[in-house]
Amino acid sequence: MSDTALVPESHEALPRISAAGGLLSWIASVDHKQIGIMYLLISLFFFGVGGIESLLMRIQLAQPGEHFLSPQEYNQIFTMHGTTMIFLVVMPLLIGFSTYLVPLMIGARDMAFPRLNALSFWLLVFGGFLLYYSFIDGGAPATGWFSYAPLSESAYSTSKGVSYWALGLLAVGTGTLATAINLMVTIINLRVKGMTLRRVPLFVWMVLVNGFIILFAMPPLNASLIMLLGDRLLGAHFFTAAGGGSPILWQHYFWAFGHPEVYIMILPAWGMISEIIPVFSRKPIFGYEFVAGSSVAIAVLSFAVYAHHMFVVGLGHPFDAAFSLASLTIAVPTGVKIFNWIATMWGGKIRFKTPMLFATAFLVLFTIGGISGVTFAMVPIDWQTTDTYYVVAHFHYVLFGGTLFGVFAGLYYWFPKITGKLLSERLGKWHFWLTLIGFNLTFFVQHLLGLAGMARRVYTYPNFPGWGDMNLISTVGAFVLAIATLVLVWNLIVSLRRGQSAGDNPWEAWTLEWATSSPPPVHNFDSVPPVRGRRPLWDLAHPDQADEMSPARAGGTNA
Amino acid sequence: MKVESNKLGMALFVASEAFFFSLLILAYLYFQTASGGTRVAHNQLDPLTTGAFSLCLIGSSLTIWLAGRSARQGSNQRAAMWVILTVLLGLVFLAGQGMEWSRLLGSGVTMAQGLFGTTFFTLTGFHGLHVLIGLLALSIFIGLSFSSHGSAPKPGTLEVLSLYWHFVDVVWIVIFSVIYLRLVFA
Repeated sequence: MSDTALVPESHEALPRISAAGGLLSWIASVDHKQIGIMYLLISLFFFGVGGIESLLMRIQLAQPGEHFLSPQEYNQIFTMHGTTMIFLVVMPLLIGFSTYLVPLMIGARDMAFPRLNALSFWLLVFGGFLLYYSFIDGGAPATGWFSYAPLSESAYSTSKGVSYWALGLLAVGTGTLATAINLMVTIINLRVKGMTLRRVPLFVWMVLVNGFIILFAMPPLNASLIMLLGDRLLGAHFFTAAGGGSPILWQHYFWAFGHPEVYIMILPAWGMISEIIPVFSRKPIFGYEFVAGSSVAIAVLSFAVYAHHMFVVGLGHPFDAAFSLASLTIAVPTGVKIFNWIATMWGGKIRFKTPMLFATAFLVLFTIGGISGVTFAMVPIDWQTTDTYYVVAHFHYVLFGGTLFGVFAGLYYWFPKITGKLLSERLGKWHFWLTLIGFNLTFFVQHLLGLAGMARRVYTYPNFPGWGDMNLISTVGAFVLAIATLVLVWNLIVSLRRGQSAGDNPWEAWTLEWATSSPPPVHNFDSVPPVRGRRPLWDLAHPDQADEMSPARAGGTNA
Repeated sequence: MKVESNKLGMALFVASEAFFFSLLILAYLYFQTASGGTRVAHNQLDPLTTGAFSLCLIGSSLTIWLAGRSARQGSNQRAAMWVILTVLLGLVFLAGQGMEWSRLLGSGVTMAQGLFGTTFFTLTGFHGLHVLIGLLALSIFIGLSFSSHGSAPKPGTLEVLSLYWHFVDVVWIVIFSVIYLRLVFA
């Protein structure tokens, strides 16, 4: 049997090299690497837009009683900030990395459905611009990213904003669903010989599990969006109490999507951390099976916890108790992973390059966000803290301190593979420390403000002792974050132009994407090293110390 | 035991769609039990006529299965004929739904009129849309089967289309039971 595994041929034509070059080669591309890069670029663009929106809010909130923004403008901007960051930044960032990396990591030529891949991306672009078109056509939605009925009904939201919101999200959500199917089929069918499901990189595992969550989280979103559109455009009565409908039904359906969504936005980041921490600790991941298995547990549980967003609705004690219990339970598989990562670092030869700095900070910040998250599972605490800045602090620790720190780690880690150039370590360290300081300045005080009772989603606040000072700290922090982001953009531009050449495997990593050139050729691989364990490149370099993995443990040697 | 990629992708899509329809059906049932919608349904719907049209859709599942069998036996022309019959049966079903809708709209039952209209039109409308998409896909299949430019559909295409078509059929059986048979047994 030959040692070099054959890469499964994709059954669709690969993009022709002759068409390479110029804008058209990108717009018409069905290559997963180009599409992945376009995802990252559009996310970066919307990250700038959503970031500017957050700065506008922070200027308005810097001191009590300011008039920088009108209440109406503030409502539009906080709605657009949330919607943008969730649907047009975090999700496309993670999908972009997944699209770029999964075929490379499993030794495939491309995704299973390259054309569908392109369609998904362009649906995202279309949905994003549709959402923003609302600013031109009568005003953006002003109902929050969750668009609670009846506020989102035409009786209360008279501009077309909410309809644009719903249509935009339908487009984005459909694209996401298509990508999830595409990634799942790719992972299930296109793995190179020897790459069993017990040997795939953990990032791939997370993407696969994430696919299942997306598969069953998008239908409730799509259902609630079309019902809301029916109400607004055709006079239906799903969520209008006056017509006999039920505003609570919106909350059930929306959160049946909304809470799994939280995990959709973190799982691939966990996958990145699970790739980066071992490489920079020079140790294999501790407890591969537990990292993978706990993610499956989370995926299942994520559908059974959504109503902790609805404890103040008054659904009754048995209902609250059930969802409280499930929400507490989901913290266990999450905590398992934190210990896996710490145990991987334990006793390792840690190299604190920029990716590892972000990954380490991720562990701390995500744990803080996770712990404040558990407090919401306790019904009385939730009643006290709901709709306050404590909630805002919590989900920013999870989504920024967690997901975005993971993504930044991933960006510094895989940028050399994507471009062939290393990002500047000096600028990277500036970016890291400014982000870390700015982030904590901005959001830590919001815990205290929330516990003191400051309401979120309101354009200003009363002049209570300390509130003005803490809000000023938060605003200063937001501007530090803005500077940090400019450093990142500067780093991207400078390193792309005159960065140090990366070589194939600058971090001495072990997974297949590092076996090909940087950037990889259109067909990804000329040949793939044999896959006999979880770290094929380690096995290749150290045949005498190859990872011990008997065929039985690896689940057979079949392709 | 590897499932072919197109088929696997369709199976995953169908799983997701099944949940989507479950939510619309749940909304219908919820509002039917929570309000006086059942009375409207009783006065306005005709289970017998719709049942007859439903048989066409169920029959089309049989014809597409026969198409698949012919294709496996290597008779592509006969397979295409069975698919044409499938499309015709689907069209008859859609025509039946169109007639029912125009009758309801004519007697004042609309999306805006009440919760029955809201949930009924949303549910049957989305199902009808899925039938329509299936018919378009099947028509493209027929066109490719008879084209002489060497762009004949790949083997397995019919299997993937059948999977979708059977799903649309099964969803209708559930919807028919929930909306119409409930009236018969109520």
